[in-house]
Amino acid sequence: MSVPVAEVVKTGLWTNNAGLVQLLGLCPLLAVSTSFINGLGLGIATTLVLLASNVTVSLIREFVRPEIRIPVFVMVIASFVTAVELAMNAWFHELFRVLGIFIPLIVTNCAIIGRAEAFASRQPPPLAALDGLAMGIGFTGVLVTLGGLRELIGQGTLFADAHMMFGEGARAIELQILDGGFLLALLPPGAFIGLGLMVAAKNLIDAGLQRGRTPAPAISAKAAGEPA
Amino acid sequence: MRAEVVRSMFRAAGLLAGFAVFGGLLVAITWESTEERIAENERAFLLRSLADVLPEGAYDNAVHEDFVTVTDAALLGTAAPVTVYRARLRNRPVGVVMTPVAPAGYSGPIRLLVGILADGTVSGVRVVAHRETPGLGDKIEVERDDWILRFAGRSLGQPPRERWAVRRDDGAFDQFTGATITARAVVSAVRDALIYFEANRDALFAAPTGAAALPSPSSAGEGTE
Repeated sequence: MSVPVAEVVKTGLWTNNAGLVQLLGLCPLLAVSTSFINGLGLGIATTLVLLASNVTVSLIREFVRPEIRIPVFVMVIASFVTAVELAMNAWFHELFRVLGIFIPLIVTNCAIIGRAEAFASRQPPPLAALDGLAMGIGFTGVLVTLGGLRELIGQGTLFADAHMMFGEGARAIELQILDGGFLLALLPPGAFIGLGLMVAAKNLIDAGLQRGRTPAPAISAKAAGEPA
Repeated sequence: MRAEVVRSMFRAAGLLAGFAVFGGLLVAITWESTEERIAENERAFLLRSLADVLPEGAYDNAVHEDFVTVTDAALLGTAAPVTVYRARLRNRPVGVVMTPVAPAGYSGPIRLLVGILADGTVSGVRVVAHRETPGLGDKIEVERDDWILRFAGRSLGQPPRERWAVRRDDGAFDQFTGATITARAVVSAVRDALIYFEANRDALFAAPTGAAALPSPSSAGEGTE
């Protein structure tokens, strides 16, 4: 059985998006998405962990016995998360201070063990890597979109604190677009409302695509069958 | 049959142990290669924070290595030991940076750095950590508002002690709309740190570096509400 590459990418980015469809990893998603840069930071960290854990799980899939696979997955994921946490502390210290507790909490992101169990443990390493990357980028996309929206509506800025990630030169892209903002967007309810709207938007787009694809006769036939 | 079960148990246990070793190794190697950098980051962050609340160039010692820990739940806002860093110029006391907690923040304690010169004047205040409401209470951060800078130059006589409060409480300090509690907590905590410093100044400077707990918990315990 072969799984086409394009299908894996599309699944991760859109049709089975971790944040919008599987609704996994909501705790970090809702809590950290207060700004674009926060979202990007957590998204990259999550993607790295997903990639590493998927590849490892796929490499060991032949000889890990089913009865101990879950503890093994947990151990692999926890080790990678700790490694990523240390690396961020060392190289992105300021961002690490902002994201704080949510880096170690990547361990509890069900999207990661979910992919290990549902995909990586059944597929060869290259496909597993691609799946990890696609899922991670899909999740990051939701994080930065929600983060960007909440930041823009909540405090009127976009890409604030970009210098924490990209160095002092990035101060140039830190934009003040609106004067002040609508506080609710930054508070927890804003996260729920924002995510709800994003899920709804995705469903709308999907429905639109579906309608575009459905052959027209179906509708006209129905219309024709109706009495005048 | 039984032997088969036992064998498979041992095989599973062996595999698990193998992965534990693999995970441990991965973490150990990463830790080994980042440890120095992380310590360096922490030190740089502390130094930068301390420099923010002390007058530039007024001291010549390594402030972050010259500290004592003190305990005074009433004035320093926490029952845990509080670190006091000491700034000196040619071994003469210049000031201290205290790390008290404002316990009465709107959403929990607010951790502060309070720089105090030897004569009891505030040289600077910064917020280290807080959980105040974004957009309202977070104006205590220096990145968001210059409110926190207004403490510099104040002392227990300027304004008089009873006016160390927000305007709502007939004090001399502005509050922010919608976040009076946050401002009130910070003002009281800075005032209490000043009261503590006034009562313990000589002991604070005299204690040997790294010493824990000065003998006398402050006597001037009229502070927190």
